[in-house]
Amino acid sequence: MYAQMIKSTGEGVKSLDEMEPQERAFQERINAGGKIEPKDWMPDGYRKNLIRQIGQHAHSEIVGQLPEGNWITRAPTLERKAILLAKVQDEAGHGLYLYCAAETLGVTRDQLTRDLLSGKMKYSSIFNYPTLTWADMGAVGWLVDGAAIMNQVPLQRTSYGPYARAMVRICKEESFHQRQGYDIMMKMAKGTKAQKKMAQDALNRFWGPALMMFGPSDENSVHSAQSMAWKIKMNSNDELRQKFVDECVPQAEYLGLTVPDPDLKWNEERGHYDFTQPDWDEFFDVLRGNGPCNKERLAARNKAWDDGAWVRDGLMAHAAKKRAAKLAAE
Amino acid sequence: MSDNLFEFLCRMGDNTLVLGHRVSEWCGHAPVLEEDIALANTALDLIGQTTLWLDLAGEVEGAGRDADKLAFHRDVWGFRNLLLVEQPNGDFGQTMMRQFLFDAWHLSQLNALMDSSNTQIAAIAEKSAKEVTYHLERATETVIGLGDGTEESHNRMQAALDKLWPYVGEMFTLDDVDAAMVDAGIAPDPASLRPAYDALLDDVFAAATLTKPQDDFGHQGGKSGKRHSEHLGHMLAQMQWLQRAYPDATW
Ligand SMILES: [Fe+2]
Ligand SMILES: [Fe+2]
Ligand SMILES: [Fe+2]
Repeated sequence: MYAQMIKSTGEGVKSLDEMEPQERAFQERINAGGKIEPKDWMPDGYRKNLIRQIGQHAHSEIVGQLPEGNWITRAPTLERKAILLAKVQDEAGHGLYLYCAAETLGVTRDQLTRDLLSGKMKYSSIFNYPTLTWADMGAVGWLVDGAAIMNQVPLQRTSYGPYARAMVRICKEESFHQRQGYDIMMKMAKGTKAQKKMAQDALNRFWGPALMMFGPSDENSVHSAQSMAWKIKMNSNDELRQKFVDECVPQAEYLGLTVPDPDLKWNEERGHYDFTQPDWDEFFDVLRGNGPCNKERLAARNKAWDDGAWVRDGLMAHAAKKRAAKLAAE
Repeated sequence: MSDNLFEFLCRMGDNTLVLGHRVSEWCGHAPVLEEDIALANTALDLIGQTTLWLDLAGEVEGAGRDADKLAFHRDVWGFRNLLLVEQPNGDFGQTMMRQFLFDAWHLSQLNALMDSSNTQIAAIAEKSAKEVTYHLERATETVIGLGDGTEESHNRMQAALDKLWPYVGEMFTLDDVDAAMVDAGIAPDPASLRPAYDALLDDVFAAATLTKPQDDFGHQGGKSGKRHSEHLGHMLAQMQWLQRAYPDATW
């Protein structure tokens, strides 16, 4: 999940009876499956929460370019290089749609960018892990894009119209990414001894962090209950994580790779796999800025922004001159 | 003849390969999101064109090499790209100036190749020209916008032009390979493209308030492969590393 640990402002979910007429009409519309559009009235908490959630998702797409961009110049064939370039380009596009969706709520992209660069806003913990071998491009596509899809497919039905529509476009591309990632894994897992070793090593390193993408258990969280009532969150974190594990285990078996969890086993009664929780201490460390790549990722984004200042200023100055010249000619 | 044709095709494919690689180095680090997307798009087009040119080169050579074999298993002296495209990215201004200087030549070269006596070449040129038309448009706009932007952006663009200008001449020199292509009606005489190139540059630099350097000295050695810059070896070390380290693997 690209938006982790989003805290809503609510103190618990109000019942319809407790609401003023305006809010009640809003909630009833959501309950009936209707969409909220930018010009509609909405509670402050709904707006704030969505800005945080969509903003964090957008930032994840942007920072997410970096771990994969790390391998573009070392991709092993022209075709793989092209596929990876196209993928990273898609992620930048996703960032763009999502910033646009957030802007309909009254923030600007520049504001959100500043909050990312200062560390005030977060992005998904997964992008603070390094990509060390070519097999990581497979593992990231398969597991990371896979986990993102798990979360984002239900969000296509989210209550906020612009967000839901952005998700529809994004999900189509994410499923391509997942298939391409799995295809790399397949080539590696069925390849030479060294390639197979890389594939297993990538799975070992990314399995836990991928499970963390859904966030810690939120079954008892008031924040989640509010987000679910607003339909900006559609499933609990544990539900999605279980779905993800159930889907990935057979895929790993098909690759001939071992999921790094000795206690993983099918539970006939539940109809699901039992699995070990990821290391939540590590997760909170990463969130606090102590992941293996937090500093590098933020530094890279800051450098791109700072180095680009003269370009943005230059192009704006030119556009202003052109406008002035046009005005003078009229 | 087939040796010369192979050389010529490597020149076309190595230009797009090396420049595509350079542009792809920007991925995730551009000044704004829209530029990230546009740069990736340019790199993607160039890598796609590389596959077409180098696959054809391999076919003409007839030694069983395909585009990947040529891209990932030749050393510096085997490369036939212009010195211009292997120059490092520098700042965004230098990257876009390099792109403009190359695109302006590339598009007129492709337009001429669309009339090639070799139908395969004509077909690749036609497909590429569509993409490169857009590259040139975008590079032109950027050079003008930044040249005629702020004082800082102007100074940076002028510095980029001064730095890259000595690599322009190589595009228009004629050697034995080119002469053989002209004789066979495959490709134009490089010098024949110069007047239109100069005219375009004059227009664009006037709008960009940039000054074309007086000295027309041009470094040579890229397209002949006789003397590349030191930069190319480092690029290849990165680009080819995986293929070289695991030669028995398929990817
Ligand atoms: Fe994405
Ligand atoms: Fe993604
Ligand atoms: Fe993706």
